[in-house]
Amino acid sequence: MTGLQLSREELLKAYRLMRMIRVFEDRVSAEMASGDIPGNTHLYAGQEASAVGICLHLSESDRIASTHRGHGHCIAKGCDVDGMMAEIFGKDTGICRGKGGSMHIADLSKGMLGANGIVGGAPPIACGAALTSQILGRNDVSVAFTGDGGINQGTTAESMNLAQVWKLPVIFAVEDNGFGEATASSFVVAGEITKRAEALGMAFAKVDGVDFFAVHEAAGEAVERARRGEGPTLLHIETPRYYGHFSGDPDNYRTAEEKAAMRRDRDCLPRFRRRVDEAKLLGLDELDKIDAEVQAAIDQAVSAARSAPQPALSSLTTDVYVRY
Amino acid sequence: MAQKSFRQALNEALHHEMRRDPNVIVLGEDVAGGSGASGQKDAWGGAFGVTKGLLGAFGPARVRDTPITESAFVGAAAGAAMTGLRPVAEIMFVDFLGVCFDQIFNQAAKFRYMFGGKAVTPLVIRATYGAGTRSASQHSQALYPIFTHVPGLKVVIPSSPYDAKGLLIQAIRDNDPVIFLENKVLYDTVGEVPDGAYTVPFGEAHIVREGGDATIVALGRMVHFAREAAEILAAEGIDCTVLDPRTTSPLDEDTLLEMAEETGRVVIVDEANPRCGMAADISSIIAEKAFGALKAPIMKVTAPHTPVPYAPNLEAAYIPDAKRIADAVRKAVAFKRS
Amino acid sequence: MSDRIQAITMPKWGMTMTEGKLAGWLAGEGADIAAGQEIMEVETEKITNVVESQAPGRLRKIVVSEGATAPVGALLAVLAAEDVSDSDVEAFIASYADRAGSAAADADDAPKARIVQAGAHRFKVLSLGSGGVPAVLIHGFGGDGGTWLFNQDTLAQNRLVHVIDLPAHGDSEPTVPSGKVADIAGAVLELFAALDIEKAHLIGHSLGGAVALAIAQASPQRVQSLSLIAPAGIGSEISALYIDGFLAAERRKPMKEVLSLLFADPQGMNAEMVENVLRFKRLDGVPEALAAIVSHLMADGKQVIDLRAVLDGKIPALVIWGEADQIIPANQSDGLPAGIDVARLAGAGHMPMMEEAAQVNRLVTAHLGKAEG
Repeated sequence: MTGLQLSREELLKAYRLMRMIRVFEDRVSAEMASGDIPGNTHLYAGQEASAVGICLHLSESDRIASTHRGHGHCIAKGCDVDGMMAEIFGKDTGICRGKGGSMHIADLSKGMLGANGIVGGAPPIACGAALTSQILGRNDVSVAFTGDGGINQGTTAESMNLAQVWKLPVIFAVEDNGFGEATASSFVVAGEITKRAEALGMAFAKVDGVDFFAVHEAAGEAVERARRGEGPTLLHIETPRYYGHFSGDPDNYRTAEEKAAMRRDRDCLPRFRRRVDEAKLLGLDELDKIDAEVQAAIDQAVSAARSAPQPALSSLTTDVYVRY
Repeated sequence: MAQKSFRQALNEALHHEMRRDPNVIVLGEDVAGGSGASGQKDAWGGAFGVTKGLLGAFGPARVRDTPITESAFVGAAAGAAMTGLRPVAEIMFVDFLGVCFDQIFNQAAKFRYMFGGKAVTPLVIRATYGAGTRSASQHSQALYPIFTHVPGLKVVIPSSPYDAKGLLIQAIRDNDPVIFLENKVLYDTVGEVPDGAYTVPFGEAHIVREGGDATIVALGRMVHFAREAAEILAAEGIDCTVLDPRTTSPLDEDTLLEMAEETGRVVIVDEANPRCGMAADISSIIAEKAFGALKAPIMKVTAPHTPVPYAPNLEAAYIPDAKRIADAVRKAVAFKRS
Repeated sequence: MSDRIQAITMPKWGMTMTEGKLAGWLAGEGADIAAGQEIMEVETEKITNVVESQAPGRLRKIVVSEGATAPVGALLAVLAAEDVSDSDVEAFIASYADRAGSAAADADDAPKARIVQAGAHRFKVLSLGSGGVPAVLIHGFGGDGGTWLFNQDTLAQNRLVHVIDLPAHGDSEPTVPSGKVADIAGAVLELFAALDIEKAHLIGHSLGGAVALAIAQASPQRVQSLSLIAPAGIGSEISALYIDGFLAAERRKPMKEVLSLLFADPQGMNAEMVENVLRFKRLDGVPEALAAIVSHLMADGKQVIDLRAVLDGKIPALVIWGEADQIIPANQSDGLPAGIDVARLAGAGHMPMMEEAAQVNRLVTAHLGKAEG
């Protein structure tokens, strides 16, 4: 089976990251409900295989630009979970000192160029990072995460064209979770998403985003193509979205049956467990141990975030400019 | 010292900085002009010839003709700036930034703040602005107040060849995103420009002329009209200071207030539309902080609250001129408290 | 008639001056004026200064009133002996009107500055006048040839005058040999070769004075005379406030404060002057070059170059100092060997050649004449 040639360490890392994202998001949802998180969040639960399947190919010098639904991308790219949780709680210990919040988590030192509050925000930025790599003669690639909503944005269309004519080392990861906010993608996306790449002469693949191994394999080919200087790839990744558009969204535009079936049939975590167990690559007890460790880590992150200080009021006016 | 045109001054600045720093790149529509075509590869050198010669000197990797997709290439310039390059993106007309405001307002301007001070975005966006070329409503605006409004951006409006070169070099060396606006009517104006590289700091107004009776504040092309008005008035015995803030963000409030206090009369000239414009902004600062020194109401000479018209007579009436400025100064000087 | 009637005209200070504003008359119509008496104050974009009458006579008619602007060369007032009739004065004024515009035509004949390659350095040189033993005018730290605006024309009446911009100053290349005064002097000696100067009168101000002394030390046979105005290099005290402030100031306000230390009365300074200094300092390479010069000139707030022994009387030397000098104190001219002429000017600060231009011009002219003896 493809992808199963991954080393034990890589498999353990992939599982840990996916579980970390799931537990992180479930916990944020719970904390949101209790009213302790000041702003709004868009939860990535259900889409974990996409972020992890792609980012496992990337080093710290490779870059990703993300979406409003960015926690998963951040975790997969190596952002500090404690810092992320504190950021979402609006605390001084947050990864952005409490100035960004859920939608702007970034850690440039990890190659994470930011979650982004604007749908279609990532593609031009990722093209820019790829341009840096190309001009400076580096081997780094960048990934623009966007979705079935962002694919319709002009920025995405423009960026795909730019990337293709300039042969930029960039991957357009279109995470199609079936919904742009509360509107079904079938209602607003014309034609096949991959055909948009095909029309530009761009390499593309359509992948089952519930299957970590499928994503990992397709992403691997795309990353290698970019590193070889052969230009961009579009990955159309079909995923579920477990929660509503935002946490607190009653999500009443989907039937209870549909949502139950989604969680039952389209969950990347049990699927991953089943596959590594069947192939005797990892023991389930190892994975259970990871589950417990992740749970403890998230508990710790939340309690640290809760007790962390708020940003000093003096920081309101800092960091607008390097020098003004 | 050599006399050079505004255009040549900008071109020299780009040459200096591209030579000095291999991370500086230039991208935009037709910055080379001719890419992929059968004729000359550096046919245009920018729609206004400012980037002429860069392609030959620095090659196609660093001097890039882009598709006519401002969102993509301005956004890419922002992403490139955040990851180590110093891109100079050219937008033919500032009006076209309307199609990529998001890249400027929501992305480049805010990276640093949103990310808790960790991002550095040394991006320059050059664009022409201004009326006077019969280019009508979508190619003539003076949109600098809009950019000035956005925290995280710096906004530069040079009025002379000397300032154009020094401010552009400063913009390229600056670590924040800079909107650099060039009045296209000024490209062929000539002035003294040193051959070497130099910078003009942001946030320092230029005292173009000193006089004790009134202060005329003007930006870009309006500085020339303000100076003309000051000369007309000097013959009448009214001595004016002409103050060119040079950058609207940061704004040299200290010098504005100092001159307002010294002369007690202030006339602000702004080619932009009047509502929420620079004239309104500067006026509010002076009214708030130098009220006690004022001998007359602050006068504003601006474009009307209309789009830029096409017909020559209408366009001429749209743009502030020396006569209107002089009239405003006379009115301020004649003002008596009843 | 013409020698009995004298025109007072708008002076031309430097190459770019095209007009000036009559800031004030210092004498009224009917006043008797002595030669050298301050008669009016003229303001340009760059500077404000008083103008002295070249000739004696009665101020018969003021043609241009206070506050008005006139082109270079324009008739501003008429001096004439008291027995010259009013109608002759009017006729003179009328005849002068015919000459209007001649100044503009003269602008094309104005001496052009040039860039001269001398060894590894490129100097800006402005040459005026002709004949005689040439004089080389060497400005001070952070200055340029413009320092001599009020002196160069007078000095060039009898001889060839070279106004130079030192390396890393003015329009010369923004690089210095090392920053050491001796090396700057060496560079200027290379310029002598490029300009075919066998021997010259050296007129140096401040740092330029130290450079002149260093040239005299290295090659005394090349120096006809020394005229040192508030020179560096002959005492230890110097204003660190000024030097450090000059190096640090990047903006108008702090630079204005620093530059005001140069003058006994800083009223004559204007925004343009400050702007020009800032423009110079903003050139790539200049701040580093200036810092290098200071690093060799000073330590712990004191001068470390001692060239006082050069003033041993073998080379005719004149030392001029403003009593109100806040940069290098005037008492450093105390105790110089006999035979060194010392003039201390009341009412002048560190810039006597601007502040008391006429006095300095007279002193230097006389000194050069004597030295050629």
